[in-house]
Amino acid sequence: MPFEVLVALRFLREGKIQTILILSGIGVGVAVIVFLSALIGGLQESLIERTLGTQAHIVVRAPEDLVRPVTESSPGLAVAPRVERPAQRLRSIVGWPQTLELLLTLPRVRAASPTVAGAAFALRGLANRSVALRGIEPSSFRRIIDMGPRMTAGEFRVDATNAVIGVELAADLGVSVGDKVRLETPAGRSEVFLVAGVFDVGNKDLNARWVFVSLRAAQTLLDLAGGISTIELKVAEIFDAERVAEEIVARTGLQADSWMKLNQQLLTGLRSQSASSWMIQFFVVVAVALGIASVLVVSVVQKSREIGILKAMGTRTVQVVRIFLVQGAVLGLGGSLLGSALGAGLSFFFASLARNPDGTATFPVNLTPALFLGAAAIATVTGLLAAVAPAERAASLDPGDVIRYG
Amino acid sequence: MAEPLVVLEGVTKSFGTEVVTEILHGIDLEVLPSEFTALVGPSGSGKSTLLNLLGLLDRPTSGRILLAGRDTTGLTDDERSAVRGRSLGFVFQFHHLLPEFTALENVMMPMLAARGREEKGMRERALSLLEEIGLADRALYKATKLSGGQQQRVAVARALVLEPPLVLADEPTGNLDTESGKQVFELLRKVSTEHRTAFLVVTHDERIAARCDRILTMVDGRIRSDERNARA
Repeated sequence: MPFEVLVALRFLREGKIQTILILSGIGVGVAVIVFLSALIGGLQESLIERTLGTQAHIVVRAPEDLVRPVTESSPGLAVAPRVERPAQRLRSIVGWPQTLELLLTLPRVRAASPTVAGAAFALRGLANRSVALRGIEPSSFRRIIDMGPRMTAGEFRVDATNAVIGVELAADLGVSVGDKVRLETPAGRSEVFLVAGVFDVGNKDLNARWVFVSLRAAQTLLDLAGGISTIELKVAEIFDAERVAEEIVARTGLQADSWMKLNQQLLTGLRSQSASSWMIQFFVVVAVALGIASVLVVSVVQKSREIGILKAMGTRTVQVVRIFLVQGAVLGLGGSLLGSALGAGLSFFFASLARNPDGTATFPVNLTPALFLGAAAIATVTGLLAAVAPAERAASLDPGDVIRYG
Repeated sequence: MAEPLVVLEGVTKSFGTEVVTEILHGIDLEVLPSEFTALVGPSGSGKSTLLNLLGLLDRPTSGRILLAGRDTTGLTDDERSAVRGRSLGFVFQFHHLLPEFTALENVMMPMLAARGREEKGMRERALSLLEEIGLADRALYKATKLSGGQQQRVAVARALVLEPPLVLADEPTGNLDTESGKQVFELLRKVSTEHRTAFLVVTHDERIAARCDRILTMVDGRIRSDERNARA
């Protein structure tokens, strides 16, 4: 064991009460950091999961119809005094198979699925409801939104004339798996579907409005033969979505909306949550640093005689500095181990306090190895930095003075 | 005549910045190898100041100190530490062992500081020195668990562990009862002979001084007399 480490550890071991107190102090600080990170991380993850569980990360659609008004008069041309925005009709993405292929080659895109979306009525007997028709390709759509675990009855099967509807719609129309439902579009096309499954995505509105049918059926109903209205994408890193969307706009000229754009408020909420969490953690780190520094300053005063002896015996200044830096680092590391255990315990305790009916925690905590490693690294570096001033002070002690008056 | 270990040339030392008090006035002194020297004089005559200068624990205001032929005037703190570790051993009045460590570790400490970590043979060397001072059975005792005389003997072993040519001792028996003091002094004489180490011992005790090879008497910051003891 290096000389400096030997002396540092012995100083810490012999300063029992001081060492225990400061270790506890650092431990509580690190526990707060771990607990807070785990809680906020868990909350955010579940919030995002809940939002993005039923939503593609990016939706790509055909550009909107625009009018090109004439603004400068020239002979034989009249200038429009007022420009009316054209009504947007359902349009297919031109050359979508190529676009789909292109999108799938983008490095950050993990999955892409072509869909046809449009408005329709669901009719059964005298009941009719307006619904959002979603024509999908089951194999690729599963990778955008996995409906499997969200099925309450039947299965997620949307081939031929099978359709999958939400629990609200099923209740409104009084249908269950195996019953028939007629879907009719405003344009007058209609088709009878067999209810193959009923889903519950945890959102009443979506449960009442979403109707999944096959891509082909939707194309026929919405008069979009061979075309698709949107491509839904999933990206590898959810917070990259906006950047990927911008890239798609730039490369294809299509319209691309990320979940971040469509959920501005959620994003603002997440960001301010993160910011307040960072702020609290920053002040905890400052408090821990001050604690370590003050304990070491006291220790330098207490140990000035020993430092003088060490110097008289040939210990070099840099070795004295190292003795105190090691003490700071060891305090930081030891405290962070203690704090990680405490923080993990606190998190599990907190998570066990409130449970959802299905047994999952109401307050999800997200404890990752990275969190512990990060806390340990921060505490160790903090300890090291906090020890710099006391170490300098110890190094500047004059052995002659100490031995003469000590 | 052997080359002197230490040479002081016109060394003065002043303290204070506004009211300057000169404690040492132009000291010239040579210490020879293996010489056992007593430094006596009344309180305030400058004995300890001189010892601290010799130990490179303090710097002279003017004059030169040569250690083993090398001028120490321009050395940095770290260079002085290195010279100290290599050429000088210290025995202080209040034993000054490190209380956090065992007797054995205290003896090893100068070797550890010099080499940076424990190496083969250090433990054995420290143990053999503890045996020499009759404390082998106390090797693993904390310093604070030893009596004053025992602590001082451990301090002697520590001063010798790097085989320095010169050991400086400031009132090594001043804090001990007569019997322990006698034991420690006997030990100093014995190791001086066996290890061929020069000793410079500051003392108030006439009987101790009388048993040294050479007696330097300081009065008012000057060396008043320098006698060699015929008996030794």
